[in-house]
Parts: sequence; structure tokens; C-alpha cells
Amino acid sequence: MTRKQKRLAVIGGGVAFLVAAVLLVMFAFSQSIAYFYVPGDIAKANVPPGTRIRLGGLVENGTLKRGEGSTITFTVTDTLATVPVTYTGILPDLFREGQGVVAEGAFGTGGLFVADTVLAKHDETYMPKDVADRLKAQGVELSGKETIK
Amino acid sequence: MIIELGHYALVLALATVIVQSILPLVGTIRNDRSLMAVAPAAALAGFLLVLFSFSVLTFAYVVSDFSVANVWENSHSLKPMIYKISGVWGNHEGSMLLWLLILVFFSALVATFGANLPERLRANVLAVQGLISTAFGLFILLTSNPFLRLSPAPAEGKDLNPVLQDIGLAIHPPLLYLGYVGFSVCFSFAIAALIDGRIDAAWARWVRPWALAAWSFLTAGIAMGSYWAYYELGWGGWWFWDPVENASFIPWLAGTALLHSALVMEKREALKIWTVLLAILTFSMSLLGTFLVRSGVLTSVHAFATDPTRGVFILAILVIFIGGALSLFAFRAATLKAGGLFAPISREGALVLNNLILTTAAATVLTGTLYPLVLEALTGEKISVGPPFFNLTFGLLMLPLLLAVPFGPLLAWKRGDVFAAGQRLFAAVGVALVAAAAVIYAQSGGPVLAYFGIAIGFYMIAGSITDLSLRAGIGKVAGNVAFRRFIGLPGSAFGTALAHIGVGVTVIGVIAVTAFETEHVVEMKPGMQVEAGGYTLTFDGMRRGQGPNYSEESGHFTVARGGVTVTDIWSSKRMYTARRMPTTEAGIRTFGFSQLYVSLGDAMADGGIVVRVWWKPMILCIWIGALIMMAGGVVSLFDRRLRVGAPQKARKVKPVLEAAE
Repeated sequence: MTRKQKRLAVIGGGVAFLVAAVLLVMFAFSQSIAYFYVPGDIAKANVPPGTRIRLGGLVENGTLKRGEGSTITFTVTDTLATVPVTYTGILPDLFREGQGVVAEGAFGTGGLFVADTVLAKHDETYMPKDVADRLKAQGVELSGKETIK
Repeated sequence: MIIELGHYALVLALATVIVQSILPLVGTIRNDRSLMAVAPAAALAGFLLVLFSFSVLTFAYVVSDFSVANVWENSHSLKPMIYKISGVWGNHEGSMLLWLLILVFFSALVATFGANLPERLRANVLAVQGLISTAFGLFILLTSNPFLRLSPAPAEGKDLNPVLQDIGLAIHPPLLYLGYVGFSVCFSFAIAALIDGRIDAAWARWVRPWALAAWSFLTAGIAMGSYWAYYELGWGGWWFWDPVENASFIPWLAGTALLHSALVMEKREALKIWTVLLAILTFSMSLLGTFLVRSGVLTSVHAFATDPTRGVFILAILVIFIGGALSLFAFRAATLKAGGLFAPISREGALVLNNLILTTAAATVLTGTLYPLVLEALTGEKISVGPPFFNLTFGLLMLPLLLAVPFGPLLAWKRGDVFAAGQRLFAAVGVALVAAAAVIYAQSGGPVLAYFGIAIGFYMIAGSITDLSLRAGIGKVAGNVAFRRFIGLPGSAFGTALAHIGVGVTVIGVIAVTAFETEHVVEMKPGMQVEAGGYTLTFDGMRRGQGPNYSEESGHFTVARGGVTVTDIWSSKRMYTARRMPTTEAGIRTFGFSQLYVSLGDAMADGGIVVRVWWKPMILCIWIGALIMMAGGVVSLFDRRLRVGAPQKARKVKPVLEAAE
């Protein structure tokens, strides 16, 4: 190979790799992005069952119920609408009624949200930013405890 | 009074680093040696002043001086002493002061060990370090001052976030910062070279030890952080692709690429422009990481701070330094003489492949991390990019690199023979196949990809050992000669082999735990049993306890194998009194490289408790591999051929000649 051909081979190989990487990133984005909703958006957005989303809001007071074994049901609210959620596993330490939560999963049949991951806020003065923003946008007054530091 | 002295020292330090950034630059422009000589003195003075200031803050924490707002917000008089001290950097203000302390520490190191650097280069490097120190000094004094007082002083503090009250936090941030911030030296060297418009193989030789040191610390810091999250959060996960983790991982990937490209530049005087760019980009990624973590744009475990003024300030620092550096690069790159070209199949060709893959992977992780932020800023749409994205893209991109790694050291410089290298790797491939077969025998029924992944791990380990034994001539020369040759191999050969072995060990751990871990979530009452990894855990009951600043409920489990009791596990939930905040203290037992991991959930009305039990096969390999990588970095660092800082006058002329080969 001449010097020029070698240079072309190196550059060509590099470009091919980069193109492959870009395609891979685009494919992965199309497969694995989860959109964030609060209960009030759900009706409008018409999320089909089986599509992974993140659901955020407050755990409605008095709705936390323990079922068989470690299955738990609760209702997430943004004070405008509510969504029932079921989750099997151990809840985070800071999961409490009346406080912020983000559940990741998909809708099953009948409007029940099946979560496989539940994230709760990390300390008593913090709430997931997504939740706080949306709740504020919907005009919900956050009491002192739920506001962001 | 002492607090005010600390505050004053910080202001003086700012003045000192401003001097450090201006006078030496003027000196190099005017060719005034006395002005250039200001740099090392100013760097040392700046370091001592920040050190004093940091010590004062530490003192305030140790004596629980709650008249200092920062201490009041993050400490408690009942907290154990170790967490009082680590609490200094367990909050935004203190951790930024630690950042600055480490930055000026590196400046002082350059001043001390750079005695035989060319005068102009040293002056410029220290001036750039001074500029960065100035920016962060201003940031601390204007937006994040840890020395502000409260009046009247509260009687008791608000305590540190209990998740952070852990030995992991005592070690993790300082290590991480030593890595993150250590790359500032490479950045400063790059800027200094661009200012001077001259760069040669000697430059790479001067930069490489700093890159190696920073990289070793960063490796240890990331591994420590991962292990801390694993045992402290009680979720059993060791890597979450959390933006904060990515913020330290992206500089690590870029820094790894930098180490390798600097090697090419040192030996072959090629890839000059690329190496300079990479040095700039690596530290830019460190700055970006600091911005992501410190500005509060993210919300995750690590984001202790949410204050827009801070965010905008760091963003300004980011824009000025990255933008300034890249503009200077664009302006000057053309004047740097490009190095010679080389054959694609050669040691340098392999290192280019390494750089291509590592930087692409870094860019991918960066895209996944920033995309949600950018999308939200532009459209208001909120999305999350989770582990599936990163596992797919990062995993696939890394695969060819892992396969290529053992080839690299076996290829000759200038012109390598890929078939000869392949033949030499037959033994390594054999070892990998035997290992995979053994794993299939021991743990059948897993996904095919998992066995393949474990085989790759063993292939990397065996390939690196092959390289060392070929260099020593094992099998070709008499045993004692080979042994003497082996001992006499340069440190960098051992360093390379160790680092690559470390990657292999980590790969084995990652694949094994991902494919073969088992998880059980069960509701247990005393006397009930659960099986995990061939062990039987019997739940014996709960016990209440009281710690210095928390109360806890612990569950006791007896672990038996084949009917014989082997050990027991305590797993607890704690309630930290001051913040009314619960934490999970997982119970972990190690068996070889594998672990049993037990965490407690909620108590049920009928006296049972939800228990989560994991069997984590080979999980320790993940962090042991990282430690081996770090050891590789340290061994390379002590290679005599690389020890540039050492005061050897003869060195001054030699490097250029040697590098020309």
C-alpha cells in the first residue's frame, strides 16, 4: 500500500466506526428512553400499555396497601388525577405516604401501573425535581416540607 | 477568631493565585526570568494558605463549632470523630474547598518536582494552574463560603445526611478529586504548549507521569464510590449509570485514552495535535462533571446542592476554560508540526484503535448523560436515559477493544505482524476456552453471551501474562536467565500487563454477577429459611440497638451450607435521630470472591419482615480488577525511565534524543 492508501484505510476505518457508533446510539435511544409523566398528563398522553415510562407525584395518603408477600399497592397523585401503582420488592427507605415518589415501569391492563423501580426522595427536604416542577406548573402549592431546598 | 483566620487565609490564597496566574505569563512574554521565577513560590504559598484554611474548617468540625453555618448544617456533636472529619467534604462548600486544596496541591507538586522543566514551560503551566485556582477560589468566596457565621450560635447541629456517614465517604471524594483535578496538570501542560506554539516528544514524557497519577487516583476513586453505593444504599447494585457516576467515568475514559496516546507521542512523535486536544478534553470533562454534580442540574444521591447562582457561576467557569482552551487550540494547532504517518498494523496503530474506541465510548456516555438535560432545556420534555441505553451502547463499543487489548503490546512499533501476534495468543485463547468450559460445567444454563464474556476476561488476563513471559523469554532461555530477565523488565511493561489484567478481572466480575446473580424477596418470620447461592439462611429474629446518633433494628440470620452452620449475618435498618431519616445497613458476607447480601424491608403487621437476599457471584472481582488497574498505573509511574521530576541534570537533553530512537 502506498502512503496515501494507508492514510485512507486508517481514516476510512475510523469514520466507519464512528458511523456505526452513531447508529448504535440512535437505535439505543429509540429503544430505551423513558418519558416522564405526572398523573394529570396520563389521560391526555394516552400511553399504550407496555410502554416504559416514569410516573412521578405524591404518594396519596391512606392508599398504601400491602398484599401477598412483598407486593405493595399505592396511588400516585398530583392532586388533579391519580394513578394506581403496584410494585413487588422492597421500597426505598424514604418512601412514605404524602411524599414525593418516582415509579418506573409500564401500564398493565385496566389502567394499573406496574412499577419495577421505585425511587423516593433522598432526604426530608428534597423532592424529585421533575415532580416538583410539574406540580408547580399545575399550580399545586407545595407545603414547606415538600419544597426543594 | 480562628475561623476568621481561615477565611482570611482563603482570601490571601486567592490573591496569591492571581499573582501566580499573571506575573509568570508576563514573564514569558517579556522573557523576564525573575517574573517567571515567581510561579513556583506563589504556587507553594497558595497551597500552604489553602491548606491552612482547610485545616481551620476541619478544626471547626472537630470541635463542633456550630457558630459556623456550614458546621451547623452538616454536623452533630454526637457524630463519631471520623464522620465529623469526613463531614468537612460531605457538603457543597466543604467539598469545593477540598477541590481547591487538591488543585493547589498539584500546582505545588509541579513547582516542587518541575525543577528541571524548561523555565518557560514551567512558568506557563503554573500560570494556567493559577488561572484555574483563581476561578475556583472566586467561586468559593463568592457563592459557597464555608466560613460564614451564625449569630447566635445554635446549641446543636443538624447532622450529616446519614447515607454519607460512612467510611466510604471518608475516602471516596478525596480519591476522586485527586483524579479529577489531577488532570488539570495535563490541561495546563497542553495550554502552556499551545501558548509557546512548540511541542515535542519530551512534552509527552513530562505529561505522562501526571496523567498516570491522576488516572490511578481516579480509578481508585470510582471503584471506591461504586463499592460504597453497593453496600451503603442497600439496593445491591454496584453501578447505576447515574449521571453523577458518569460524570467521573467520562474523564476516566478520556484519561485512559490520553495515557495511551501520550505513549505514541513519546515514542513515535506522532499524534501530537490529538494528544494535546485529548489533554484539554479530559480536564474539560472533569470540569463538566464538577458542573453537573455541583450545580444541582441533576437530582441524584450525590447532588447535595441546588442553587442556581452556583450553577451559573460554574457554567461560566466551564465556558471560559473549555471555550478558551479550544479557541487557543484552533488558533495554534496549525502551527504545531504534525508527526509522521505510520502503518495501521503496528503498536501505534493499535493505540490509535484504543483511542478511537475509548473516545467514542466517552462521547456515547456523555450523550446519554446530557441528552435528557438538553432536551428538557429545549423542549421541556422530560425523559430518562437509563441503564439499558448505556449497557447496549457502551457494551457493544467496548467489545472490539477488549478483544484487541492483548494484541497491542505484542505488536512491534512502526510495523507489526498481526498474524504472528495472533499465533502467540493461541495459549491465551486456550486458557479462555478452558475457563469458559469450567464455568459452563459449574454454572450451566446461563446465557451464551455470559460464557463468552467470561472467556474474554480470561483471555485478557492470559494475553497479558503471555506478553510478559515472551519478553522474559520464558521457555526459550534457561529458567534462571528468564527469571532475571523477568525481574529486569521495565516497570512500564509490568504496569501495562497489570492494568490489562485488571480490566480482565473486572470484566469477569461484571459478567458473572450480571448473568448469575440470584435475588429473592421474601416475607420472613423467625425460623423461616431462604436459599441463595447454595447457602441456607435461617432468620432468627430481630433485635433493637442504639448507636451514638441513631437507633437500629437488626435482623439475625444463620448461614448454613449442607446442614452445617458456617457463619451468621446481621442486617439492619437505622433511624438517624437528628434528621429522622432511615437507612438500610445491608448484611454482607464474603465467600471467596462472591458475596451474600441481605437487606431488610418493612416489618409486616403479623410480625414478619420483608427480606431481600442476593447471591452475588464473583462480585469482588469488579473492584479487585480496578485495584489491579490502579496498581498498574502506580507501577508504571515508578518506571525509572519515566521519572522526569527527579533532579537529574543529564535528563534535560536526553529525552528528545531517546524518543527519536
